[in-house]
Amino acid sequence: MTAPETNLDTRAALEVETPRRAQPQEMGGVGMLLCQTALGIAVLLMWQGASGRLVDNFFISNPIDVAYRLAGWTMDGSIFRHIGATVHATMMGFAIGSVGGAILGVWLGVSPLASRLLNPYLNALNALPKVALAPLFVLWFGLGIESKIALAAVLVLFLVFLNTFAGVREVDQDLIDGARLMRATRAQVITKVIIPSAMSWVFAGLKISVPYALIGAVLGEMIASNRGLGYLVQFSGSQFDTAGVFAVLFVIALLAVGLNYLVEMVQNRMERWRIVSR
Amino acid sequence: MIDLRHVSKSFYKRDAFVDAVNDISLTIARREIVAIIGPSGCGKSTLLNMIAGLYMPTKGNVVYKGTVIDDVNTDVGYMTQKDNLLPWRNVRENVAFPLELAGVAKAERADRANQVIEHVGLQGFEDRFPTELSGGMRKRACLARMLLYGAETALLDEPFAALDAQLKLAMHDLVLRLAAENGQTVVLVTHDLMEAVTLADRVLVCTRRPATVALEQRIDLKRPRDVLNVRFTNEFKELYDTLWERLRLEYHEERV
Repeated sequence: MTAPETNLDTRAALEVETPRRAQPQEMGGVGMLLCQTALGIAVLLMWQGASGRLVDNFFISNPIDVAYRLAGWTMDGSIFRHIGATVHATMMGFAIGSVGGAILGVWLGVSPLASRLLNPYLNALNALPKVALAPLFVLWFGLGIESKIALAAVLVLFLVFLNTFAGVREVDQDLIDGARLMRATRAQVITKVIIPSAMSWVFAGLKISVPYALIGAVLGEMIASNRGLGYLVQFSGSQFDTAGVFAVLFVIALLAVGLNYLVEMVQNRMERWRIVSR
Repeated sequence: MIDLRHVSKSFYKRDAFVDAVNDISLTIARREIVAIIGPSGCGKSTLLNMIAGLYMPTKGNVVYKGTVIDDVNTDVGYMTQKDNLLPWRNVRENVAFPLELAGVAKAERADRANQVIEHVGLQGFEDRFPTELSGGMRKRACLARMLLYGAETALLDEPFAALDAQLKLAMHDLVLRLAAENGQTVVLVTHDLMEAVTLADRVLVCTRRPATVALEQRIDLKRPRDVLNVRFTNEFKELYDTLWERLRLEYHEERV
């Protein structure tokens, strides 16, 4: 039994005498940020270097052209119009889809008859790639922003619906019985027990559906539109403007990161509530 | 007050009927404290669920104050081992929940909740959430809620099984005090014979599933009872032994 102890002792002694070399995974925040920036610059340099030498500029463009394109769009302000349209469609789609999904989830969650009746149809609709509905939405809502909102909303709706439904089904029956024994009406059971109890599930659904709202909006714009980032990427592609395509991709990525950041901020605000609801 | 008339209950489980309760008849008087004791899973809880109107008997009737129960019985307060406090509400909001359901104004709710919270000894914890409370405190919150609701009958389903012995005694004292103060009828389901004899006016020993009443024993220990010392009296010991003689048969058979 003494052997491991002495072993430990020598190790401790060694640590005191010679300062341990810093491990790469223990790097501080600033150091990591520098490395990340360096990596980004290195990739851009390699891209710039490869373009026209290893690969035809037509296919991969180059960072400088992309930067020029971005600067141009920013100067004439046209990019902001496209960003505005996409953000608008994303937000509206998210709002409509989440409200609709939550209502549908609660309704079917509390009515076993309706959920059993609709079960096969909902399964079929859920399995359907929602993007395939786009032509229908264009026919119904036209080429304007409404068809993009519809596509984003339908993607969000199913995700939020499935989560809400599962959340409502998960509600502890004893809590419901307890409320009923205290003369709760059906409406009170739903608003005061079932919905608060399912809330953490609903939030999980909302969180995962934010990127899908953006996907829906961009896809809608790609299919038929004259505005938005989806339109711009489609248009640039059809003009063989590779730099333009990359420029729009860059903007979409920035937008997605921004949205995720927003979700994280909201989630941090909810953190206390979420702990409590468990 | 509570009248079980030839009550039987079977459940349909895995393609077969399981009899949980078999032909139990039982009359419980107003303000009586009845303890039902028996091996775990013998159908005692099913009995309470039928009095609460959460389950309907397969055969027979449960009559509560002269009416056959055919829906949730809103005159009872129900307390189980798993305290059904709403986890997203703090103690005050949980205790005031029945008043909120009845549409009482917010200020009055808080006032009355604070009073009963103090009465059960939970003052200072009004703003805590159930997850931040100990097991005993959660039981107190449940009792406070039941008190505020004004349940005339308390159905207690092994409520203190998870508490340690000292806490159990404190809770026994509280239950007896509250029941006496509010003239409550209490039906207690337990597998703790000590608990049953300490609290009850009458103890029923149930057989293993399907539950029937094997022995009925009056507990004529004087009230108010000192929950700490009553167990050391000779009367207590005699009652305990009589009940244990019968109860052990149920456990003995189980081992075979």
